[in-house]
Amino acid sequence: MSRACFPAGLTTLLLLVLAAPLGLPGQPQLQTACVLASVYFWSLFRPAAMPAPMVFLLGLLSDLLGQAPPGIAVLTLLIVQGLALRWRRELARQGFVLVWMAFLAVAAGAALLEWGLTSVLSWRLFPIGPAIFEFLLAGGLYPGFATLLTRAHRSVAAPEQA
Amino acid sequence: MIRLSIQARQALARLTLPVLIATAFGVMLLGKADTTLAERARTGLADALAPIYGAFSGPLATVRDTMAGAGDLFALRSENAALREENERLRRWYSVALALDAENAELKANLHWIPDPPPSYVTARVVADAGGVYARSVLLSVGPNHTVRKGQIALDADGLVGRVTEVGGRSARVLLITDMNSRVPVVLEHSRSPAILAGDNTARPRLLYFQEGVHPAEGERVVTSAEANAFPAGLPVGVVHYGASSLPEVQPLAHLGRLEVVRIFDFGLNGVLPPEAPWRSAPSVIPAGHPDRKR
Repeated sequence: MSRACFPAGLTTLLLLVLAAPLGLPGQPQLQTACVLASVYFWSLFRPAAMPAPMVFLLGLLSDLLGQAPPGIAVLTLLIVQGLALRWRRELARQGFVLVWMAFLAVAAGAALLEWGLTSVLSWRLFPIGPAIFEFLLAGGLYPGFATLLTRAHRSVAAPEQA
Repeated sequence: MIRLSIQARQALARLTLPVLIATAFGVMLLGKADTTLAERARTGLADALAPIYGAFSGPLATVRDTMAGAGDLFALRSENAALREENERLRRWYSVALALDAENAELKANLHWIPDPPPSYVTARVVADAGGVYARSVLLSVGPNHTVRKGQIALDADGLVGRVTEVGGRSARVLLITDMNSRVPVVLEHSRSPAILAGDNTARPRLLYFQEGVHPAEGERVVTSAEANAFPAGLPVGVVHYGASSLPEVQPLAHLGRLEVVRIFDFGLNGVLPPEAPWRSAPSVIPAGHPDRKR
């Protein structure tokens, strides 16, 4: 039971840790990028570990930790999960580079969606700089993140394959 | 559990995601339509998390200091020279300040001057960065029986930090002056020209609406003005600096990137409600007996 909760629990813990004042440069974008990469990876390789209601709660937590209008991260993460599930059959067998390219497309879409929704819901046009930075950070972060998560995916979450 | 056939279960599983996406739209609309609900949810979560973050603040401060120290090592020599020069300058001002202090005391005694009552304040520790990508605010941990209210002013050891926008049972959220929604009425110290300090989510907020013919000098100090009855006059805010664009920006005196402890002052001013107040546009919906209602 706890093994099944491990991916979602780890993502929640990561989200909470990254909200603390650690003094890292670009920390809020790092927070969003990590949650995005996590939801994409687990939806692609182990959807049972990241059910849709859990993604909803993760998005809600992410929104309520910040000052954003609630619902933006929820929608973004649910759409990311939807896309990952739809492409799962084709992508899960491909090599790492193709999965990464798909993630770059997804991250660009997610950053743009978040920027657009925040601007519309706040009735004020925000500069697009932070969104571009978020996309670049997510894209650059994904390989390292995926390596760590693959190791966890193979060992802790499914010890019969270790 | 209700026994469902496999087809029904599969259909239900396929429906979950679209239903949740529709719920997400509902949450967005609800957050916009009923801002008190969103605010209450946020303060509830902050109340739950603030003690946990507060317990970890010791080790976190160590991590933060290590990272800052690593960065400082690169600028050691130049920082040393700058500090030595500043020290020299401040020693000269020290003797001037002593003389002025004595003269001030003598003049006050001669004029039978009645001093203002000292403002009361609450000291709080910053436990989380609570802004997200498109906002700048911090979460403070305050004790269970606190007197912090919305609209009170947060100050660092060096300068203005921001204003309190949300208050919970054990936490308070402060909107920094660098946030996009923050507008602070200020005065340029030498030219005495009023202006507005507008944040834009960068480290240096912009200076807007200063008088025609006034050109803010580089290095001029900026302090709050008592216009709009929102801030007391004279609180130090920052120093004018011209950045890459030729528009005047203000380098804040407070260390907004490394806030650890802030003081929340109650100056008794409630002329302008803070930016996130839900009844900014409809004062008639404030319930009777609420401290924000002025009638």
